[in-house]
Amino acid sequence: MKGFAAIIRRELKLAMRQGSDAAIALIFFVVVVALFPLGVGPEPGVLERISGGVVWIGALLAAMLSLDRLFQADHEDGGLDLLVMAPWPLEVLVLAKCLAHWLVTGLPIMLISPLLGLLLHMNTEAYFTLLAAMALGTPVLSLIGAVGAALVLGARRAGVLVSLLVLPLTVPVLIFGVSAVEAAAIGQGAGPHLMLLGALLLAAIPLCPWAAAAALRQAVT
Amino acid sequence: MDQAGSSIFRGDAVSCVRGARRVFAGLDFALRAGDALVLIGPNGSGKSSLLRLMAGLSAPASGTILWGGVDIAADRQGHGARAHYVGHATGVKPALSAAEDLGFWSAFRLHGNPRAESRALEDFGLTDRAGFPVRFLSSGQKRRLALARLLAAPAPLWLLDEPTVGLDREGQAALESAIAAHRESGGIVVLASHVDVALGGSADELNLADYRAALVDSAGDIWSEFGA
Repeated sequence: MKGFAAIIRRELKLAMRQGSDAAIALIFFVVVVALFPLGVGPEPGVLERISGGVVWIGALLAAMLSLDRLFQADHEDGGLDLLVMAPWPLEVLVLAKCLAHWLVTGLPIMLISPLLGLLLHMNTEAYFTLLAAMALGTPVLSLIGAVGAALVLGARRAGVLVSLLVLPLTVPVLIFGVSAVEAAAIGQGAGPHLMLLGALLLAAIPLCPWAAAAALRQAVT
Repeated sequence: MDQAGSSIFRGDAVSCVRGARRVFAGLDFALRAGDALVLIGPNGSGKSSLLRLMAGLSAPASGTILWGGVDIAADRQGHGARAHYVGHATGVKPALSAAEDLGFWSAFRLHGNPRAESRALEDFGLTDRAGFPVRFLSSGQKRRLALARLLAAPAPLWLLDEPTVGLDREGQAALESAIAAHRESGGIVVLASHVDVALGGSADELNLADYRAALVDSAGDIWSEFGA
């Protein structure tokens, strides 16, 4: 798909040249997680028990930070009109935007998460599961987030609004993501949890672009 | 304007509502290959709204807009492929170079022909700015870059909303010769402008002020929404 590749290339170029959005999300993630040992105290037992949840909540909040810009810049400069007039399905365009967003924010968050697990004394057994759960879960965050980002176009304080809209919808990702990590940490199989995360991703891939595309069409009228 | 069967792009009894306000109603147009239509009318008479309806960005409150007899709302992608819309906001990205920005839109519209892109830049006098980040271009040069898309990725229908804003004489001349060549090859141009633009031949005029009568008739409906 020529158009799909064109969107990805442009988004990555823009992210590299004005890379503050992605860097801010990543630094925010590190700072939030790093605050927990300071707040909860350095007892390894406590930190180890909550490590999965802390890393996941940090990832959720960090992903929210960059979401409102997903379509906002195009909406402001008039490019969104032209994007909506795509000679190919708008849903595919949204999917391309989500993939680019994930590459720029989700992937770095995923890659750095084991390091933050280390900071929280996470059981080393769970690192691989954490990576796998993040690999399945963070794309869902980008996809659900795209629906929120498309819905809030034109609203005042869109950044806050998009978090309020999207965070409740990410609860299933949080639940299964954390249970996968905890199951692995106590030596149980994380398979079922990862499969449920995979199912969420498979459901989000067609449904979220469809909903976001409808919201984008509404935003340009 | 005739309603002959040879018209490709036509609107039947189109009306437009923005918010609670009826902007225009009962508007007809019919354009054949090579035709140009100039939208005139005072500010707020709905020129931009009509162009957005023609682009398929918004839907008419009533009436239909047809291309080749098919409602454009029923063929969004097809209409997106055949229509170029240049609005007030240019949609150029400050962080990209002029050539990259043009190349993106060209690939996005599934053309991606580097030779056509560099010729489009040349026609609009941007060749020596091709490698510049767009943020260093003046507003007139950004406008030229937006107009260069018309040439980089050919499409039969051009919808131009005040395309001359910020253009110098040279830029306007480039636009005028592009429009003339486009019409010669059978393209259709719809243009809203407050300055005279030479369209390379005769052009129909559509005065949107003529379609405001409906506004007065339906004033009662408008006020009833506010409980008056």
